[in-house]
Amino acid sequence: MRNPPHRPTTESPGVRIAATLVCFLFLGVFLVLPLVAVFVEAFGKGVSAYFASFQDPDALAAIRLTLTIAIIAVPLNLVFGIAASWAIAKFEFKGKSLLITLIDLPFSVSPVVAGLVFVLLFGAQGLLGPWLIAHRIEVIFALPGIVLATIFVTFPFVARELIPLMQDQGTSDEEAALTLGASGFMAFWTVTLPNVRWALLYGVLLCNARAMGEFGAVAVVSGHIRGETNTMPLHVEILYNEYNFVAAFAVASLLALLALLTLAAKSFLEWRYGDAIAGRAAH
Amino acid sequence: MVPTRERRQTRFRFRRPSAIPGFPLAFGYTLTYLGLIVLIPLATLVMRASTLGFSGLWNVVTDERVLSALRISFGLSFGAAFLNAFFGLVVAWVLVRYDFPGRKLLHAAVDLPFALPTAVAGIALAALYAPNGWLGEPLSHLGIKVAYTPLGIFIALVFVGLPFAVRTVEPLIAEIDREIEEASATLGATRSQTLWRVVLPPLAPAILTGFALAFARAVGEYGSVIFIAGNIPYISEIAPILIVIRLEEFNYAGATGIAVVMLAISFATLLVINLIQTWSRRRFGDA
Repeated sequence: MRNPPHRPTTESPGVRIAATLVCFLFLGVFLVLPLVAVFVEAFGKGVSAYFASFQDPDALAAIRLTLTIAIIAVPLNLVFGIAASWAIAKFEFKGKSLLITLIDLPFSVSPVVAGLVFVLLFGAQGLLGPWLIAHRIEVIFALPGIVLATIFVTFPFVARELIPLMQDQGTSDEEAALTLGASGFMAFWTVTLPNVRWALLYGVLLCNARAMGEFGAVAVVSGHIRGETNTMPLHVEILYNEYNFVAAFAVASLLALLALLTLAAKSFLEWRYGDAIAGRAAH
Repeated sequence: MVPTRERRQTRFRFRRPSAIPGFPLAFGYTLTYLGLIVLIPLATLVMRASTLGFSGLWNVVTDERVLSALRISFGLSFGAAFLNAFFGLVVAWVLVRYDFPGRKLLHAAVDLPFALPTAVAGIALAALYAPNGWLGEPLSHLGIKVAYTPLGIFIALVFVGLPFAVRTVEPLIAEIDREIEEASATLGATRSQTLWRVVLPPLAPAILTGFALAFARAVGEYGSVIFIAGNIPYISEIAPILIVIRLEEFNYAGATGIAVVMLAISFATLLVINLIQTWSRRRFGDA
């Protein structure tokens, strides 16, 4: 058979090849090329120039600050995610869908607006500004403000992974545990948590990637004080604006590496534990 | 509010009784945390805007520079979301239906804009499309300038919106019942008729949702845009950076006014997404 007729439930070979090429070209230009550019620019002046970028104490301070923020923000949102999904998935109450909408709210707020609301609340001209100044508490242009803005933008990540999954799983496992004499906490710890552990990890990964990479919200509240309130993304901006491209892309390459690791771990979880994190809503 | 109603009318119950403990703690914690982190701060913004009064807000928003920034933000976001909706559909279709080497890698790569910090994407795009960049140089020979023009903003907005467009249609394509396509082919439809008349209509709500999500994300985007945009007032200045500029001028009223308009439009988009989903559930069953 020289020319087999193609199956009627798929497109002709020509269309398939064309569509696949469009897919490759579109994703190649818009996704792969920028990623490659980060590493090429970072190593543009050689390996030693790349590593010299991390000798800068300001760069090290930025890395430390970014890690500190993630260490505070991610666990807080993790605890919230567990509490919210427990309340929403295991109980029936009025106004539940409104609550879910409100939890998703930070995703539809511009990062800049997220930063702005905290300036309006805690800034020198803000609602609580005079009180904070009188008590010498620094929030804006200091760590607390940056952490708050980060918590705001990463707020829904863990909750939205857990809620649909726990709703799917229902309450019968927990009820069985309680019948067998387990305490509420034991039922949660030995039944619920193991059931959702991969989805939990999945949510934490995404939450952490965003917490370490957040730019807009943090830019508004940080004040860009070098070595003090500059996170890694903000440090990238400063170096870039000073035309110090190698250093800017070197710090950026660490963040890109974090993104790649996150994607790899995410793909692995989806491939290995796809069913255990299913029930997941599309992003 | 709710407990008193519960006490008064015995038939109304805020919560259905359950054997599972921990509701007061989990629910209370959820509301407190949500209130402190999200609701009270957002309410502050609305309160601050209301002190401007209607005429004050009107003055902020009808400022020529603000209007042009809002036009640029919403116009380009709409265009980028439109492009994403189209290419997102093609990409999702190819990733689900066709088998080729590198498919799994491409599938994972779609989520890159979710994971890559926006500032990193921003400087990478700026370097690529700069007049001496890998793509900027060949394009400039064609007479196309990308960096520091609205086209540059457009490209950054396509980047950030792409995963939304792909990921919302992908699961639906995977769930399509092949028998429907077979039936359509058996009844004499050509492949393109089947795609257009049978496959596409049930995907429409998901495509629209993906469009709306990509649009909402693009409107608020800051980090990946500012480096490639050049931020020239009236030409390539988006609304979020104008908020930042107003803040740096200590013009809190100006910043608040723009923010409230953007917030109102995000909520409207959210509402539209919900309406699409309700409509599609009624029209096509579970979506």
